[in-house]
Amino acid sequence: MKILVPVKRVIDYNVKPRVKADGTGVDLSNVKMSMNPFDEIAVEEALRIKEAGAAEEVIVVSVGPAKAQETLRTALAMGADRAVLVESDAEVEPLAVAKILKSLVETEAPGLVILGKQAIDDDSNQTGQMLAALLGRPQGTFASKVVVEGDKVVVTREVDGGLETVSLAMPAIVTTDLRLNEPRYASLPNIMKAKKKPLDVKTPADLGVDITPRLKTLKVVEPAVRVAGIKVADVDALVAKLKDMGVA
Amino acid sequence: MKTLVWVEHDNASVKDATLAAVTAASQLGEVHLLVAGAGCAGVAEAAAKIAGVGKVHLADDAAYANALAENVAPLVVELMGHHDAFVAPATSNGKNIAPRVAALLDVMQVSDILSVEGPKTFTRPTYAGNAIATVESSDAKLVVTVRGTAFAKAEANGGSGTVEAVAATGDAGLSSFVSAEVAKSERPELTSAKIIVSGGRALKDGPTFEATIMPLADKLGAAVGASRAAVDAGYVPNDYQVGQTGKIVAPEVYIAVGISGAIQHLAGMKDSKTIIAINKDEDAPIFQVADIGLVADLFAAVPELTGKL
Ligand SMILES: Cc1cc2nc3c(=O)[nH]c(=O)nc-3n(C[C@H](O)[C@H](O)[C@H](O)COP(=O)(O)OP(=O)(O)OC[C@H]3O[C@@H](n4cnc5c(N)ncnc54)[C@H](O)[C@@H]3O)c2cc1C
Ligand SMILES: Nc1ncnc2c1ncn2[C@@H]1O[C@H](COP(=O)(O)O)[C@@H](O)[C@H]1O
Repeated sequence: MKILVPVKRVIDYNVKPRVKADGTGVDLSNVKMSMNPFDEIAVEEALRIKEAGAAEEVIVVSVGPAKAQETLRTALAMGADRAVLVESDAEVEPLAVAKILKSLVETEAPGLVILGKQAIDDDSNQTGQMLAALLGRPQGTFASKVVVEGDKVVVTREVDGGLETVSLAMPAIVTTDLRLNEPRYASLPNIMKAKKKPLDVKTPADLGVDITPRLKTLKVVEPAVRVAGIKVADVDALVAKLKDMGVA
Repeated sequence: MKTLVWVEHDNASVKDATLAAVTAASQLGEVHLLVAGAGCAGVAEAAAKIAGVGKVHLADDAAYANALAENVAPLVVELMGHHDAFVAPATSNGKNIAPRVAALLDVMQVSDILSVEGPKTFTRPTYAGNAIATVESSDAKLVVTVRGTAFAKAEANGGSGTVEAVAATGDAGLSSFVSAEVAKSERPELTSAKIIVSGGRALKDGPTFEATIMPLADKLGAAVGASRAAVDAGYVPNDYQVGQTGKIVAPEVYIAVGISGAIQHLAGMKDSKTIIAINKDEDAPIFQVADIGLVADLFAAVPELTGKL
C-alpha cells in the first residue's frame, strides 16, 4: 500500500502574522516559513504505518510556489520516499487543492491519504473532507488514533463532546489532530539523503485542474485590539473586582 | 434566498450552536432546517419552535444516527436542489460535513464566518484570528460554517415552523460508527458558559488540575477549559482545549490560570468580555489581553480566591 501525504508551506507557527498596510493580505516577506504543523503530524503517522509494515511507500505532495520544494525536502528528510510539487505562484484554494489531489490519487492509487485537519494560514479545515467527497471515499477527520486493520482503517476522532471511533473502508482519507503523535526531527544524515530522493514537478494544468479562485478577498484587516487592563495587587482586590462585576 | 441550516443535536435535543447558525442564515434569507438523525422526531418538533424558522426537514433513519458525513452529505446535496445556501455551525459535526457537501456541489466553502456583509460576502478569521478577511463568493450556491460566538442566538421558542419528513438517502456503505467516549460533566458546556476557568501547563498533573481549578469553577458555576499544553500532558480530556484548533469561546468572564497566552490560545478566547489572568510571570503575554491581571503563584492565589468567594 502507498500513503499519500499533502503538506503545505505556511507561515511558521511561532511568528505573529502582520496584516499589510494596504489591506490586501498578510505580509509574508522575510517571514519564516515552515511545514504546516498538522502536516508534520500526517507525515509522521504515514511513516509509522510504513515502519509497522502496513505500507510500502510514503509520497508527499505540495501545491504551491517553487519554494514549497523546501517543505517537501523536509518531509523527505523525515523519511518520506518521494515527492511531487504541483507548482503554482497563485494562491490555490482548498477546493482546487482537493481536485489536484484527486488527480494524483487516481494515478498513484494510495490506500490512505493523510492530511492535516487545517492549514494554520487559511484556517479552512476543508481540504481532506473535499478530497474524500470528490473521490467518493470515507473520511476520518480530526484523528487522534489511526489503526490499519486489513482493508479497514479504524480512526479515533477528537469531537466536541470527547472522542468518537469510526471504521472506514479503504482507500480512505484521514485528517490529523494534534494528539495523534509527536513528529520526529530529521537527522543530519537523513537531510543529506533527502537531497537525492526523487521530486517531480508538475503544474495544475498538467493535471487538468482549473485553479481559478471562487472566493474574492475584498480586504484583510487586523482584528480589534484588546488593550491591556489593570493589575490588581492581591487576591482581595481580585475578589472586590469580581464582586463589582456581579460575578461573586 | 432559501437557506438550509444543519441542526446540531444528539437525537434528543437541539444544541445551542444551531441557534447562532440560524441567526446567520436569517441574515441571508428564508431559514429552513435539516434534522437528520435516528429517532429524532422530538428534535424536529423543538427545532420548529426556533424563532424565524420556516420548514424543518426531518430525515429520520438509522444511517444518520451518528452524523456520519458519508451518509449525511448526499442527503444535504439532494435538499440543496431547492435551497441556495447550506449553513452549518462550526462544530466538529459541521466542520466534518459541510466541506463534503461543498465539494459535491463544486462550491468553495466559506469557513467559520464572523459576519454576513452582503448576499455573498462574509468576514472570516485567518491566521489564528490575526487577520480578518472579507471574502465574496462567486459560486452559484453557498456553503458556510458559522462561528458560534460571533452571532447572537436565535430565540429557541416563539417560532412556528412546520415539520416535513424527507426520504433517507441510505447508508453509503463506506464507514461505520464504532463507539464514542463522551465526557460527562455536571458543569456548563464550554461553548455556551457565561464564566470559564481555564488551566494551563502550570497545573502540573491531572489531580493537581482537579484539586486547584475545579473548586474555583464550582464556586463560580463556571465551565472548565484548558490550554493545549494541559490537554497534551493529559491533565484533562481533549474537548477542554480552547484555541485556534480547539474550541472558540466568548464568555462574560474568562479566567486563565497558569496559561502563558500563546497566539493559538488567544485565538480561542480573546473575544471574551472580561479576561482575568493569574500568572506568576508578570511578562506573560496573557497580560497583554487581560482586563484584570494578578501576578501571583497560582497554588497560593487560587485556593485563597476560592476560599474568599
Ligand atoms: C498548530 C498548533 C495549534 C495549536 N493550537 C492550540 C490551541 O488550540 N490552544 C492552545 O491553548 N494552544 C495551542 N497550541 C499551543 C500553543 O502554541 C502553546 O504551546 C500553548 O498554548 C501553551 O500552553 P500553556 O500556556 O498552558 O503553557 P506554557 O506556555 O508553558 O505556559 C505556562 C504558564 O504558566 C505560568 N506558571 C508556571 N507556574 C506557575 C505558578 N505556580 N503560578 C502561576 N503561573 C505559573 C508560566 O509563567 C507560564 O506563563 C497550538 C500549537 C500549534 C503548533
Ligand atoms: N497547497 C497545499 N499543498 C498541500 N497540501 C495542502 C495544501 N492546502 C491544504 N493542504 C492539505 O489540506 C490540509 C487542510 O488544509 P485547509 O483545508 O486549507 O485548512 C492541510 O493540513 C494539508 O494537509
